[in-house]
Amino acid sequence: MNRNKLSYKVSQYLTFAGPALILFLGTVIIPFVYGLYLTFTSWDGISREKPFVGGDNYVAAFTDTAYWQALGRTMVYSFFAVILINALAFFLAYLVTSGVKGENFFRAGFFVPNLIGGIVLGYVWKFVFNRAFVAVADAITGGSNPSLLSTPGGAMFCLILVSVWQYAGYMMLIYVAGFMSVPDSLKEAAMIDGCTPAQAMKDVTIPLMRASFVQCIFLSITRCFMVYDVNLSLTKGEPFNSSVLAAMHVYNQAFTYKNYGTGQAEALILFVICAIVGVTQVYIGKKGEVGA
Amino acid sequence: MNDSQKALQKKKIIHAVMLVVLIVLFFLFISPFLLVVINVFKTKADITSNPLALIGKHGFTVKNFPEAMKKMSFWTVFFNSVVITCSATVLTIIFSAMAGFVIVRNKWKACTLLFSLMVASMVIPFQVLMVPLVSVYGGIVGVLNHRLTLILMHTGFSVSMATFMFHGAIFTNIPIELEEAAFIDGCNRWQTFWKIVFPLLKPTIATITIIDAMAFWNDYLLPSLVLQKKELYTIPIATQSFYGTYSTDIGLVMAALLLAMLPILVLYLFLQRYIVKGVTSGAVKG
Repeated sequence: MNRNKLSYKVSQYLTFAGPALILFLGTVIIPFVYGLYLTFTSWDGISREKPFVGGDNYVAAFTDTAYWQALGRTMVYSFFAVILINALAFFLAYLVTSGVKGENFFRAGFFVPNLIGGIVLGYVWKFVFNRAFVAVADAITGGSNPSLLSTPGGAMFCLILVSVWQYAGYMMLIYVAGFMSVPDSLKEAAMIDGCTPAQAMKDVTIPLMRASFVQCIFLSITRCFMVYDVNLSLTKGEPFNSSVLAAMHVYNQAFTYKNYGTGQAEALILFVICAIVGVTQVYIGKKGEVGA
Repeated sequence: MNDSQKALQKKKIIHAVMLVVLIVLFFLFISPFLLVVINVFKTKADITSNPLALIGKHGFTVKNFPEAMKKMSFWTVFFNSVVITCSATVLTIIFSAMAGFVIVRNKWKACTLLFSLMVASMVIPFQVLMVPLVSVYGGIVGVLNHRLTLILMHTGFSVSMATFMFHGAIFTNIPIELEEAAFIDGCNRWQTFWKIVFPLLKPTIATITIIDAMAFWNDYLLPSLVLQKKELYTIPIATQSFYGTYSTDIGLVMAALLLAMLPILVLYLFLQRYIVKGVTSGAVKG
């Protein structure tokens, strides 16, 4: 058989890459391109007609105050969540790599929230906030207290708390890998040269773990920007739509209010903003990376 | 006491403090689950009057379970989740390993193009694809409400990442001499792949199985858009719809939540080491 013949190449390519290619094109590439087209139509989700409306959907998206409020909320939420997730994850990773007994047990335990889907986690926490927290508050104050989830600020706080709890264990695993990649000999050398453990951490370990930080921050930014499951089950956007985050707004715009074109345009804008923030972060982070 | 003894003692104290901090944090981490577990065995009235008590005034009850199981048709949705998760994971692994193989071993333009497209597409979030996906497969083709549609979509969304990982594994770990030896012994490419290459990819297969199976099992948004018939629901959709209907019957909700979590927690109990390892290597490479 001649291995340079075109027919051989085509048959090889289609046998091995064909199934993956078809599914990938069908679920990712075609919808992506078709989605770009949809943003220029005013489809209502039912009729066969998809009237062409030019840039109207983008105008609608840019003038949709609820959308920009949701985006602003997402920014605030992501800002706090990303910082707290990474701070807690780093602290946990530090604790479980310090040589304490039962490290593996603790690692496995902190990871547990990641095993369970956002919908179930949201409802578990809804119960905790609505019943357990209220019961504790009632016992302390002696009166009856409203749930944290019933105030706008409280609902956002709850969302942040749950996200931190949910993702810290996952990011911890990446930081653990980072801690393990820093050779002990370097830390010892720094200590012999007169560093305190805190200084060795700040000047040797953390700079060498920069790649882990860049990766964890990138992952937590993209996840927080796109959060939907927990938002839906924990707050459902309530009270008074004050905790609707961007992804939920996009979903409602498209599937609840049937403005598919505008919803798709808003989804694209959200994606572009998220990509810009993520790439900038990676770019800044990578610039100062040092090798061991 | 000399210096080294002092240092040793100091280290011991620090370790003890760390251990205490870890235990407290661990307890805080799992406390939401503990709360569900203690309340699932109480009656509705007991949960409302004191959600923190270990045992309610009306005593210990297991009545919540059978009722919640019946109302969320637990075995049906469990079966759906298992079928969808297993099939999508197997398909992802087979298709991605094959694609990764042909891409690594041939420098054809079609291979480079597909690989670059796959890598680039990994940044696209699902929210950007959901509207056109429903529009194409619901409106134009009309194939929603089939398990197979969801399985193929799950596979389609995860092949790019999996192909990327198999590509890396084949490129770095599998010497081409092995394949040449197989060729001399009379294997064609298909046989070489299945007999030589695929068995050597076990570590990557394990990693991808863990990452993807967990993602498929827990996914809510895509299944909720594809499967709208009650008898096709997966566990996350069933939980969501159950809460919508029975949110006031808190004892039933507790049982439903525990049922939704139980399968994966039991699995974790046995495979904990592999899952943590798989997730770590997946996260660090990906």
